[in-house]
Amino acid sequence: MLEKAIQGSRLYWGWVIALLAFIGIGFLFYLTQYFEGLKVTGMSRDVSWGFYIAQLTYLVGVAASGVMVVLPFYLHDYKAFGRITILGEFVAISAVVMCILFVLVDLGKPMRFLNVLLYPRPNSVLFWDATVLSIYLLLNLIIGWNVLSSERKGIHYPGWVKPLIYISIPWAFSIHTVTAFLYSGLPGRHYWLTAILAARFLSSAFCSGPALLILLCMIVRKFTRFDPGTKQMRTLAVIVTYAMIFNVFFFFLEIFTAFYSQIPSHMVHFQFLFAGYEGHGRLVPWMWTAAFFALVSLILLINPTTRKNEGTMMVGCVAVIIATWIDKGLGLLIGGFTPNPFERVTDYWPTLTEFMISVMVWAIGLFVLTVLFKVAVSVKEEVEGVT
Amino acid sequence: MYDGWKILVGLIIGVILLAYPFWPDAEKWAAKTPEPELTAKAQEAKVCVEPKSYIRTQHMKLLDQWRDSVVRDGIRQYENSTGKVYDISLQNTCIECHSNKTKFCDQCHTYAGVDPFCWDCHIEPEENM
Amino acid sequence: MGIKRRDFLKLAGLSTLIGLGGKTAFQLFAPGELEASIKEVPLTAGTKWGMVVDMTKMDEHLMDKCIEACHRTHNVPKIENPKHEIKWIWKEAYEHTFPGQHHDYVTEKYENRNFLLLCNHCTNPPCCRVCPTKATWKREQDGIVMMDQHRCIGCRFCMAACPYGVRSFNWGDPRTMDEALNPDFPTNREYPTRAVGVVEKCNFCAERLAKGQYPACVEAANEIRKGALTFGDLDAPDSEVRKLLHEHYTIIRKPELGTGPNIFYIV
Repeated sequence: MLEKAIQGSRLYWGWVIALLAFIGIGFLFYLTQYFEGLKVTGMSRDVSWGFYIAQLTYLVGVAASGVMVVLPFYLHDYKAFGRITILGEFVAISAVVMCILFVLVDLGKPMRFLNVLLYPRPNSVLFWDATVLSIYLLLNLIIGWNVLSSERKGIHYPGWVKPLIYISIPWAFSIHTVTAFLYSGLPGRHYWLTAILAARFLSSAFCSGPALLILLCMIVRKFTRFDPGTKQMRTLAVIVTYAMIFNVFFFFLEIFTAFYSQIPSHMVHFQFLFAGYEGHGRLVPWMWTAAFFALVSLILLINPTTRKNEGTMMVGCVAVIIATWIDKGLGLLIGGFTPNPFERVTDYWPTLTEFMISVMVWAIGLFVLTVLFKVAVSVKEEVEGVT
Repeated sequence: MYDGWKILVGLIIGVILLAYPFWPDAEKWAAKTPEPELTAKAQEAKVCVEPKSYIRTQHMKLLDQWRDSVVRDGIRQYENSTGKVYDISLQNTCIECHSNKTKFCDQCHTYAGVDPFCWDCHIEPEENM
Repeated sequence: MGIKRRDFLKLAGLSTLIGLGGKTAFQLFAPGELEASIKEVPLTAGTKWGMVVDMTKMDEHLMDKCIEACHRTHNVPKIENPKHEIKWIWKEAYEHTFPGQHHDYVTEKYENRNFLLLCNHCTNPPCCRVCPTKATWKREQDGIVMMDQHRCIGCRFCMAACPYGVRSFNWGDPRTMDEALNPDFPTNREYPTRAVGVVEKCNFCAERLAKGQYPACVEAANEIRKGALTFGDLDAPDSEVRKLLHEHYTIIRKPELGTGPNIFYIV
C-alpha cells in the first residue's frame, strides 16, 4: 500500500518537499545542540524541562485521543466511525513518533538512550512512559495497517487483530495516565502534585485530539475525493464539547482547592501564570488568551446551532486546540517549575534553536501523517470507486 | 534472468574486492600496526596489573569492570591473579605508569578506529616524558 | 577477582587484615600503591552518613571556604550565567532555604542570613525513584545518594523530582567554560571532570571517605572553626553527629515531604 504515497499531485509533492525542507533546516539547528549541549536552549537549572517535554505531553494527548473514534466503533458498534477509525489511528501513530522524538531531542546524552532498556528501573515513570508509548505505537501500526489492507482487498480483517484492538483501547488511556504520573508524583512541585492531573490530561486530550481530527477530516474532504462524512464530524464535535467541559471543570476544581484553602505553595503557580509573580509575568497574556479561547470554544460548541454549522464548528475546534495547547504546551511545564523550590523565579522562554528543533519534530510528524493519510485516503478512494 | 552472466561476473569481482584484507601480501601495503610505547617507569615495573597478553586483549573489559566496581559497588581495590592489590583508577593508577597517552593509548585506538569516551571526563596526563 | 564488598568493608572497618579470609594480605607496591591512609579508616565504617551544620558557628567567609574546597576538589567549574551554574554546595538566604518556615517576625539574626546548602542524601530520595537508568541510586552500605556519570542519559527527571534544587545539569561542556573564571581548571588532577549532558551533585566525598578522609567541606570548615560542620554516622549512637543532635534543637529542609534529609541545621 505504501506505493500510494509516491503517487500524487503536484500539490502533494510540493507539500512533502516543503516538510522535508523544514526537517532539513531543523536538523541543522539540532546539530548545534548536539555538539554544543542543551545550553543553546532557554532551559536552566531551575526550569530544567521546557518546550520539548511540554510538546511531548501535549502530543501524548493527541495520540491517546485516537481511542475516541476507536472506542465507539468497536465497543459500541457506532458504524459511522468505521469511515474514520483509520484516520484516528494514523493521527495517533504520527503523534507517538513526535513524542519519542521530543524525548530524544531533550536528552543530554541521546546516544545513551538505550540505557533505559539496558538498566531499567521499574519504579521510574519515565521507563514506563517509554515502554507504553512504544507499545502503543506498535499496536496502532499493526491494527491500522491490517485493517486498511483488508479493507482494500474487500475482506474482513484477520481475527487475531481483534484482541489487539481491545487492548489498544485501555492502552490509550494508560499512555496519558502514565504521562501525568511523570509529574503528579513529584514531591514539592505543587502545581503538578494533584490527584486530578491524569484526569485533566485525559479530558484535555479527548477534546484537543478529536478537534484536530475534525480539522484534518475537513482538509481531507477539501483536497481528496474521499469524504469522511458530516455525521462523523458532528459526532466528533459532541465528544470535543463534553471533553472540553470536563477539562474546564477540572481546572476550576484546582482553582477552588488552591484558593479556598489559601495555601501559598498551592496558589503561587496559578498566581504566576495568571497574574505574574514578583514582576515575572511573561505567561500572563498567554494564559488569558487560553482562557478566552476556552470560553469561545465552549460557547460555539455547546450551542447546537453553532456546533452543527460547519464554519462555526471549525472555529470552535481551532479555539479548543489553541486553549489546550497553551495550557499544556506552555503553562503546565513553565508554571510547574516556577517559582522554583527556593521560591525564586528564573525566567524561561524557548530560544530560536529550541523552536526550530521543535519545528523539525513537528515536520517529521506531519510528514509521517501525510504519508499515512495519503495511503489511507487512496485506499478509501479505490474501495469507493471514486478515483 | 536477463544478462545473468554479467551479474555473476559483477558479483564475483565485488566479492574479490571486498575480501582485499585477506589477499596475499596484504600486510605489506596495509598501514603498520603501531606498537604501544612504554615509559621508563612502565618498563621498570615490568608487569602491569595483569599479564601483558590479557591486558592487550581485555583492557577495555577490565576498565569497564573497574568502573562499575568503584562507582556502583564502592569497591576501590583490585586484587589481581597473583594476589597483588591495586587502587582502581584509570586516571591515577594506569596513568601513573602510562603517562604517555598519545603513544600508549591514542595511536592504537586511532589505528583501530575506536574512539573511547574515557577522556571526556577523566583528565589526560600532562605529557612531559 | 575483585575483593567482595563485604570483605572490603570488614577490612576497612576493622582497619586490619584479619577479616579478609585466607591468603590475601595487603602488600604495598610501587604502581597503584595502596595509600597508607587506608589503615586509618574509622570513617569507612559508617552505615548512614549525615552532617550537622552549626549555624551559630558559620559566617560568610567560612561558607565560602567550604564551597571553594568542595568545588576545587571535584573540578566544579565557575560559570557566570546563573541559569547554567553547577553547584555542589552553595549559600542561600534563610527564607529561601526554609520557605515553609518563614514568617513576618523572624529574628534579625536569621532574616536574610545565608545558609550552607548541599545534597541532603535523603533517607527516601525521590531523585533515585525517578531515574530511568539507575544512574542515580542510594548506596546500600552507607546511604550516600550516588551518581554514575557513565550511565546518565541526561533526561533531568531527577532535577524535577528533587525538592531541594541540589542537582545541576551540564548544559555545556564543563571544560570549555570561561577561562578567565577558571584559570587553573581542572583544579584536582586526581578527580575527573564531567562531560556535557549529564547531571551532577554532591557525592558526600565518597572518594575521600574511601580513604578515611573527611569530606572536603568538613575539613575546610574545621580548619577555620572547630565544629562548624560535623560529619558522621547517624546509625552510631555515640557518634559526634548523634551527640550534637541529642544536645541541640535542629531543623531540616522541608520535612513535610517525607524525604528524610540527613543534613541538620543547628540554629
